[in-house]
Amino acid sequence: MAALHTVNKSPFERNSLESCLRLAAKGSSVLLFEDGVIGAMKNTKHSDAVANAMSDVSFYVLGPDIKARGLNDSNVIDGITVIDYDGFVDLTTEHHTVQSWL
Amino acid sequence: MKFGIVINEGPYTHQASDSALQFVKSALAKGHEIYRVFFYHDGVNNGTDLGVPPQDDRNLPNEWSELAEKHGLDLVVCVAAAQRRGMLDEDESKRNGKTSNNLIKGFRISGLGQLIEAGIQADRLVTFGD
Repeated sequence: MAALHTVNKSPFERNSLESCLRLAAKGSSVLLFEDGVIGAMKNTKHSDAVANAMSDVSFYVLGPDIKARGLNDSNVIDGITVIDYDGFVDLTTEHHTVQSWL
Repeated sequence: MKFGIVINEGPYTHQASDSALQFVKSALAKGHEIYRVFFYHDGVNNGTDLGVPPQDDRNLPNEWSELAEKHGLDLVVCVAAAQRRGMLDEDESKRNGKTSNNLIKGFRISGLGQLIEAGIQADRLVTFGD
């Protein structure tokens, strides 16, 4: 089992997503939640970095946090899976450890 | 599965306490065990009994307190972080010569050893913070 990385800040605010993508091992997963959902949006200057990382890591984004910010699931980069809190819990059980990028 | 939860951020700062609360509710609903929730750094402020948010806003300390009562959760605030921030239970208040205390029902004050133990005993340790 691989690691689950969680990123809770926008890539426009912190470099935690960038650090996470640089260091996440192949086969691991990244969950974008809280302000981190901004990193899952299409057509930003960070979108390509996320799309390019998809060959090595799986991406998930927390749907309730997208809605809470007035954003829409339809703007999520293709290939990122939208989940809810139940899905968040399931992701933690399906990975051997959880690394929070705070 | 057994979960340990760490909260490093106070209520109403950003979203850590809200996210953790939703995560814990989901985990409990799925039949998982919450071994302990450890409140560290500014996270200790989630244990105040003196917050009076507007009635149409969520009351995070109350929500934690009620969830603890309903599910027998072990909510622990770090003693060193709590003393710096004026979070005292009755015993700590007396010990430090204070005249009042403010730790809400369902929380207890203890040390970092409780975090280490949660890390060892729980299958997963999930950290929420700033």
